[in-house]
Amino acid sequence: MKKTTKHTDRNDNNKEKFSDKPYPIIIISVFFSAVFICLISYICWYSYNNKQDLVNNSHNTRQAILLAQNSRGSIYSSDGQVLAETTTDSEGNESRNYPFGDLFSHIVGYSTNGKAGIESLANYYLINTSIDLSKKVEAQESGTKFPGDSVYTSLDVNLQQIAYNQLSAYKGAVIVSEPKTGKILAMVSKPGFDPNNIEKEWDSLINSDGTELLNRATQGLYPPGSTFKIMTSLEYIRENPSSYNNYSFNCTGSFTSGTDTIKCYHGENHGTLDFFSSFAKSCNSSFANIGLSLDRSSFGDTLSDLMFNDELPLELNYSKSSATCNESMSTSDMMQLAIGQGTTSMTPMHLNMITCAIANGGTLMKPSVINDIESADGKVVESYSPTEYKKLMSSEEASILTEMMKGVVETGTASRLKGLSYTAAGKTGSAEFKESSSDSHAWFTGFAPAEDPQICVTIIIENAGSGGEYAVPLAKRLFDAYLEN
Amino acid sequence: MFLLFTACFIQIEAKVKDINYLFFFSVIVVIIFAAIVLYHMIYPDGNRLIINNMCMLLMIGFIMITRLSFSKSVRQFIIASGSIIIGFFVPDIIFKFKKLRDYSIVYAILGLVAIGIVLLLGSATNGSKISYTFLGVTFQPSEPVKILFILFVAASLYKSTDIVHVMTTSALAAAHVIILVLSKDLGSALIFFVVYLFMLFVATKNFVYLGSGILLGCFASIVAYKLFTHIQVRVSAWLDPFSQVESGGYQISQSLFGISSGGWFGLGLFGGSPESIPYVEADFIFSAIAEEFGIIFACIMIVICLSTFIMMMYEAYRLKDRFYQLIGVGIAVTYIFQVFLTIGGGTKFIPLTGVTLPFVSYGGTSVLTTVLLMSMFEGITVIRYEESYKDYLKRKKERQEYEENYEAYRQE
Repeated sequence: MKKTTKHTDRNDNNKEKFSDKPYPIIIISVFFSAVFICLISYICWYSYNNKQDLVNNSHNTRQAILLAQNSRGSIYSSDGQVLAETTTDSEGNESRNYPFGDLFSHIVGYSTNGKAGIESLANYYLINTSIDLSKKVEAQESGTKFPGDSVYTSLDVNLQQIAYNQLSAYKGAVIVSEPKTGKILAMVSKPGFDPNNIEKEWDSLINSDGTELLNRATQGLYPPGSTFKIMTSLEYIRENPSSYNNYSFNCTGSFTSGTDTIKCYHGENHGTLDFFSSFAKSCNSSFANIGLSLDRSSFGDTLSDLMFNDELPLELNYSKSSATCNESMSTSDMMQLAIGQGTTSMTPMHLNMITCAIANGGTLMKPSVINDIESADGKVVESYSPTEYKKLMSSEEASILTEMMKGVVETGTASRLKGLSYTAAGKTGSAEFKESSSDSHAWFTGFAPAEDPQICVTIIIENAGSGGEYAVPLAKRLFDAYLEN
Repeated sequence: MFLLFTACFIQIEAKVKDINYLFFFSVIVVIIFAAIVLYHMIYPDGNRLIINNMCMLLMIGFIMITRLSFSKSVRQFIIASGSIIIGFFVPDIIFKFKKLRDYSIVYAILGLVAIGIVLLLGSATNGSKISYTFLGVTFQPSEPVKILFILFVAASLYKSTDIVHVMTTSALAAAHVIILVLSKDLGSALIFFVVYLFMLFVATKNFVYLGSGILLGCFASIVAYKLFTHIQVRVSAWLDPFSQVESGGYQISQSLFGISSGGWFGLGLFGGSPESIPYVEADFIFSAIAEEFGIIFACIMIVICLSTFIMMMYEAYRLKDRFYQLIGVGIAVTYIFQVFLTIGGGTKFIPLTGVTLPFVSYGGTSVLTTVLLMSMFEGITVIRYEESYKDYLKRKKERQEYEENYEAYRQE
């Protein structure tokens, strides 16, 4: 008997002890362990993900350390021509050399007095080196710096040259890209500057009234004019998917609603139009009429879909386009919006991206200008494959818009592209930028061949006149050069 | 540990080529080695992991501070050795002087007076009144007051945990926190608050206290955010340091640049430029370590800190004496929370509070306090060991009695 009682006593003791244990200590220990696991994961994650941004930050003095060890890498065009390189003279002084002078001024950019263009975009790679250890030893023995990694771009010297020459003395911008990959083949902005002399000319560049440093292709905000009828048409198709073909309008050269009047370009009288011919002839009166029929909040949503007032998937510096449509807009505002005038403004790059999406069945590829990064001894460090950004419109909508843009070439304002060995599609624009003046910016945006789009071109020539007369011939040159070789 | 230290030292020596460094490093090695051996000889029952971790962290700190500034490192070393020597006596005092628990109100008054003086007379550095100069020695009282604060809370809550008693203790603890907030020493205020909250939780085992404490803390933070502009500056610098790099975000931006440029394996000693971070040797020592030793090493260092904490909590858990248990928890939480504030602040995990990394950072009062805290903890471990030993003897006796009884029963 004695034995059993003893046993129960001891068990009770144990139980009592357990409930008496200071369990909060365990809770606190587990809590802090969890907090520290989060902290460690966070540190690893953060420094891994943001390494490039942090190194590129202009306040980071550590860039100087890297540049003391490595000489800045080179930038090449798609066919391997040098666009930027660092040369060292006999006394060991480094200088940055741009063989093409001001041809690539904005897109390649500069690396002194701040950074711009690809020089800024790929700065992290240009100042780091990935050459083999054995090559590093060789360089160290010969007393030279390690060569930084090279950037291979998608830029095409030939197309860039044509765009540059054809713009001649006009201000403006040209963008040539591949709709299926998002690769930028050429980007010209005029007036430019010679990056070789950037240091010498810096003061005059930033003090002058001119805007030489501005990359008009991505940062210039222009009234889109008639090219904006692409957005208005897309909204009209969305609202009238089965009946847009039944649209009919009689143009008398102007359109009046209440006290507000919209005139066609040079007051031209277009006669009886359907939806397609309104677009092809770029009839302002007809589109003002269409604009008034649209559902305002739905048009606002479509504009958001098309990335207006929003970020673009672009790593270069750019400005945000703006076009708003809401219930509180007046009749006059609505008519101005429909034809891309008034407060609406857009960058050429943004228009190029929308055109690319139309050419690519509605899907926008993320624009890119860098193909890959290679070390000086030829190892591929980083390779960029085309990535989809998002679907801006359905493929049906894209094919209707393509048909309409083909109509512009065949029967409308871009007839200078008619009858070639390929079929082009596009939209012209003549954007008025001053009240009570007939001066206008010449726009063209389009692609070719329409059946299987390979190349997409967006052009703006400031203060030149009509798009059909001035911008379309430039587009023809670029299409010819790209498709006929 | 010593191998790592020697390797780093050789690298520094190769860079600076100064015989003083050689001498300095030899002295450090001798002292640290002596400290470890002596501790083990004098207190064979102490916890060796805690002492070894402490020495490891001190040595990492010496390497980094020497690389940044030789004279500061020497000063740090003198204070650290002094603290270690004082520290030798602390476990003995804790162990023998059992009346420690009877003076709760004395600790509170001493502590409040010390930080109160700073508030009234202290010199302001960077907008915070945290130090005052006495007989030519600049002193940061909020550090040693941590010891008094832990003693006070432990002595007070150990007596009783009824609601009236808890309320009076909380009021006195809140007085500490408020004085520190008024001195704009936010880091210390936060440490005091969290330490009190967790000690209260351990003493009462009451989730209501913990929950209401957290709610009160959140409320107080919001009020403080609205009242003090320097808190607003810190929070906005935390949310987006890069846009304010010219003003409030400078330190944190430079710290992040440092950590990221180090990569996984670091740039090597003298390979980076941690000097670009203001107050790098005190508040941002972690960033300097991450830059030159790499993120992996820095994370291992965090794990060392965490293992020290867990070992301390384990020791506290096994203690039966509630007073010493509360002290143990207080010390452990003070330590780990301070680590969290420093590292989290320097890596943009939480807003910056400007506290030092225990043992590693440069700062005389801080080193003195943390070494003393660890020595106190060793004293507690010795007590725990004695308890276990007594317990063992008691059980042995019980077992013997039981076997005798059993024997007697069988013979019946």
